[in-house]
Amino acid sequence: MNWLIEPFTHEFMLRALVGGALIGFTNGFVGTFVVLRRLALMADSLSHSLLPGLAVGVMIFGLAPAGLFAGGLVAALFVALGAQLISRSSRLKEDTALAILYTVAFSLGLVLLTFVKVRVSLMHYLFGNILGLSNADLWISYGVALVGIPLLAALQRPFLILLFEPAVAKTQGVRVGAFNVLLAVVLVVTMISSLQAVGVILMLGLLIAPAATVYLLCDSFPMMLWGGGAIGMVGSVLGLVLSYRISNLPSGAAIVLVLGVFFFLAYLFSPRYGVLRHLRKRQHFHEESLARWPGE
Amino acid sequence: MHSHELAVADLTVSYNRIPALHHIDFKVRCGHCVALLGPNGAGKSTLLKALAGLLPLETGTIHFHNHLVRSATQDFAYLPQRENIDWDFPATVRGLVEMGRFLRTGWWRRFSKEDEAAVDEAIRLMQLEDFADRQISALSGGQQQRTFLARSLAQQAHVFLLDEPFTGLDKPNQDNLKALIRQLRDQGKLIIASHHDLGTVPELFDHVVFLNGELIASGPVTEVFTTANIEKTYSRRAFAGPHSHELAH
Repeated sequence: MNWLIEPFTHEFMLRALVGGALIGFTNGFVGTFVVLRRLALMADSLSHSLLPGLAVGVMIFGLAPAGLFAGGLVAALFVALGAQLISRSSRLKEDTALAILYTVAFSLGLVLLTFVKVRVSLMHYLFGNILGLSNADLWISYGVALVGIPLLAALQRPFLILLFEPAVAKTQGVRVGAFNVLLAVVLVVTMISSLQAVGVILMLGLLIAPAATVYLLCDSFPMMLWGGGAIGMVGSVLGLVLSYRISNLPSGAAIVLVLGVFFFLAYLFSPRYGVLRHLRKRQHFHEESLARWPGE
Repeated sequence: MHSHELAVADLTVSYNRIPALHHIDFKVRCGHCVALLGPNGAGKSTLLKALAGLLPLETGTIHFHNHLVRSATQDFAYLPQRENIDWDFPATVRGLVEMGRFLRTGWWRRFSKEDEAAVDEAIRLMQLEDFADRQISALSGGQQQRTFLARSLAQQAHVFLLDEPFTGLDKPNQDNLKALIRQLRDQGKLIIASHHDLGTVPELFDHVVFLNGELIASGPVTEVFTTANIEKTYSRRAFAGPHSHELAH
């Protein structure tokens, strides 16, 4: 137990703990929407498209987190809306448009970062460093968690209908367009809040892995939301401890690795949807059918 | 106009400016099972979606109970085709039936005793008590259809719009669904279903609407379900209006 608790007697670790737990919970919670709405590709594109926004943010505002936040937000929304525009106005489908826009945006980000006069490490944005969380970073993650989670939780019912039957949600009184935009905005803001902790490349893992894990464990939408949040939180804290205990282990990678282990455990051993259970299930059906026709 | 009536007048629905349904007129009464018949591409699904408020109307009106239907209301329940549903979604039978109450309870209000009772009643009527806590993919095809019907019942819908409800069901499940639909009809509901098996029309439905881009015929099965009308509907190319010309776009 001391192995777990001792690291957090240091102030910088306590700060990382609070930030990591919040960011992990928010990402796990929002990830459920991404998994059920099948937005993983879009989330991936948006995460990569943050990079040019960050570069421009650094050029204009320096390293202030608010400037980075604004730059990332604008860049991600630009790519998301641009992909919509291209797919609607040409014969290209949205996934193709997203793939083009985000790789171009990512390249632009790499080019811009070479011109930035402020000394920043590219590795820092690509892979993050949770031990470097500033006060402003913490405030951003508080804000995102305190606004995003209650908002999505309060709108669970319309979102449930939208996720389950996007094509007919309108007949149930759901304003599909407005809810899609709301989801995209919360998604982008959530990803930006995890930038400092896990970086552009790994943020998709923190977003998707908890939701994918809990998807294999339960059959209830609210349970998936809160369970995804809990898994994201526990994974972030455990990853943090690992990165402290094993010297020089990058924290973002440690967090995503722990979440990956959770996922594979669920994939193999989930009581209802695990692969091992699935192998045994056929026999179960056989027994059930024998029971249905006794005496034969 | 009779009050317990759904009246469709001069209805035209288009996809990308190409009409799929042309100036359709028909009237059907509550307490009937109505079959939409026609070849593939005749506009059966389009008509159901238009009635459900999922497609914009280019021309025409829909009146129900003497009121103009402008947008989606809880009086209408639409059941999509099976393949359009994500059966792996984290939802149980009860969870899905509860969704039918959301229009009444709103986005935040807790479920009242009345809501719970309506959900229980819908599950009981559709004979799903034993499966209420099952995830929806762990059901047979017939049970899945009944789950969606139960949701429409919990919604207290009056008009049930079903897209190919009998497709993929074996005979016992088909008979069972038939009995349940009859039960709904006898309660005064209006059931409108697209259907492709002409052989089962007389035993399943009271009223038929023949479609092929335009209305071919509409009326009671005993009068309208005739060889002449069937031939007229199925023996020619789908009506596609002036756009059918190969150079027209």
